[in-house]
Amino acid sequence: MTTATVNGTRERESLGEFFLRAPAVGPALALIVAIVVFSLATDTFFDLDNLSTVVQQSLVVGTLALGQTLIILIAGIDLSNASSMVVATLIMAKLAAAGAGGFVALLAGIALTVLVGLFIGTLATRIKLPAFIITLGTFTGLTAVAKLIAGGQAVPVTDGLLQWLGTKRYLFGGIPITYGMTLALIMFLIVWYSLTKTAWGKHVYAVGNAPESARLSGIKVNRTVISVYLVAGFCFGIAAWQALGRTPNADPNQFQLGNLDSITAVVLGGTSLFGGRGSVLGTLFGALVVAVLRSGLTQMGVDGNYQDLATGALLIAAVVVDRIARRQQQS
Amino acid sequence: MRQRSLSALVLTVAVGAMVTTGCTVERHWGGNTTPAGSGKAKVGLVTKTDTNPYFVELRNAASAAAKANGADFSALAGQFDGDNDGQVRAIENLMQQGVNTILITPSSSTGVLKAIKDARDAGVLVIALDTATEPADAVDATFATDNFAAGQQQGVYVKAALNGVDPKLLMVDGTAGSSVDTERHGGFLKGIGLTDSSPEIKGHTPANGDQSLAQQGMENLLQRSTDINAVYSMNEPMGRGAYAALKARGLTDRIVMGSIDGGCEGVQNVKDGLYSATVMQFPKKMAEQGVLAAVEYAKTGKKPTGFVNTGSTVITDKPMPGVPSQNTTWGLQNCWGGAK
Repeated sequence: MTTATVNGTRERESLGEFFLRAPAVGPALALIVAIVVFSLATDTFFDLDNLSTVVQQSLVVGTLALGQTLIILIAGIDLSNASSMVVATLIMAKLAAAGAGGFVALLAGIALTVLVGLFIGTLATRIKLPAFIITLGTFTGLTAVAKLIAGGQAVPVTDGLLQWLGTKRYLFGGIPITYGMTLALIMFLIVWYSLTKTAWGKHVYAVGNAPESARLSGIKVNRTVISVYLVAGFCFGIAAWQALGRTPNADPNQFQLGNLDSITAVVLGGTSLFGGRGSVLGTLFGALVVAVLRSGLTQMGVDGNYQDLATGALLIAAVVVDRIARRQQQS
Repeated sequence: MRQRSLSALVLTVAVGAMVTTGCTVERHWGGNTTPAGSGKAKVGLVTKTDTNPYFVELRNAASAAAKANGADFSALAGQFDGDNDGQVRAIENLMQQGVNTILITPSSSTGVLKAIKDARDAGVLVIALDTATEPADAVDATFATDNFAAGQQQGVYVKAALNGVDPKLLMVDGTAGSSVDTERHGGFLKGIGLTDSSPEIKGHTPANGDQSLAQQGMENLLQRSTDINAVYSMNEPMGRGAYAALKARGLTDRIVMGSIDGGCEGVQNVKDGLYSATVMQFPKKMAEQGVLAAVEYAKTGKKPTGFVNTGSTVITDKPMPGVPSQNTTWGLQNCWGGAK
């Protein structure tokens, strides 16, 4: 900002404008501050194994949030992403237990979440229903489907491929990395590249900003919307694989609030709930901030319920910052 | 024309009401509507949901007991855990069917009190199964596991397994504020000889019965210190989540973990060494005793009263002197929710 005033050719940029231009910077700063604070406040937080654990704890919600980011960028929302994922874990576990083989089971699980995405995308474009209502319906339905498939019983997973993402390796002899972490990083980079460097990415932002102008400028809006729900559905299938890598046990009662957790990560990551503005890198930081907060506060001896309180406060702070930034832009 | 649309509306509402009035899960019914006290027991069962294997076991046992004792039987359920409204509709539906006994596992201890009162005022015997109401005398009697006692059994076992070593304990709790969670937690502490403020408790995490939350909470607590020797888990799914965190740290061999429930999967976990012991409860007994009470009431008009503990049993393959227990072979024969 000081350089702008010194060379005088650019107008001075306000802090709000800066955050608007680079929405991932805010959550990145929050993440760094949280890590520094907890590292100073406790002896146990700053430790390679713990940092690795925190990343592993963010994988499932982070991958859910990756798909959720795309959907929110087109001003949609998906309340059923976690329940779709839970059904996928059960399909994978049940098929593997029935002897179908890990690969077939994995594909079948991912096929389910992609089909759910196709269903939501079709209703959203053909019948023009609001995503909130459609996915409230799929959320309720899929929660029931999970319980029906499971018969209330969790299904243990023994197949190697389905657990593979949990495999831990040590980079440079000391940095604990799981295959799941590597896969998540690759997925975030691919989506980041597609959003920022390809025509498809520009279409996604355009549709989220102003669907009518996007249509007038020749963008196939419906096709873009459906493609987003399909890609997001694929992400939710991978999230199911990540979940089995974490705990090799498909339980219909887990991730009941995973949908809201993923929205929290997206919003903390600086993506606007009104669509058209945000970044997947912000979402990555947003998912990590929540896990860092939980881990750090636990190590400071803070009770679990107060951790939820802290997460809620942070979420509201993020939305307030977003709103103030927008106002500055408009004035 | 107007008449027709009105009757169409009435029909639609009626069909809608039938669809939403909790699905009748199972029914074998004599057909005649004999009034209460005339000898023939008509038993209605309302469970929290009809998919949870615990309630499936309860329903099957009640159905079998009703058949064996010549009682009419009808089972309904809420649609999800906490569906008070669905349970109220189920009670109303059963009243309409003319039952003289209602067995209910209330979704929440206070959510269905008014409907229960209406039923009792109409002369129906109401027995709470598995979960007590608040106040407890809102129903005629309660047949349930004494969750405080079950927690205490786990505590006594863990204490015995520590063999005189001072406990360094982590606690994985359920939903904060629920009566089952509070009772099991308090019972465990009494059994192991601690209080909530004891320094031996190195941390606790609420996990809402969710294995992934239990795993995450446990991982974070273990980062603070791995110098622990005991883990309390409020139920078996959370025991499995805690185990995943302990295993990643290589701590499973030197830790005594207990759990509660006695589902077949949980007993199998004990057999496989995920945790040392679980405390089994017996939904089958609750259902059978409930049906027998209904038969007695229909015959003689005599109502049961108060709290009847249907018991709980420690299941372990590492029995401790002074702690009554059964092994996992017995456990797998008597567990609920499995394919037997």
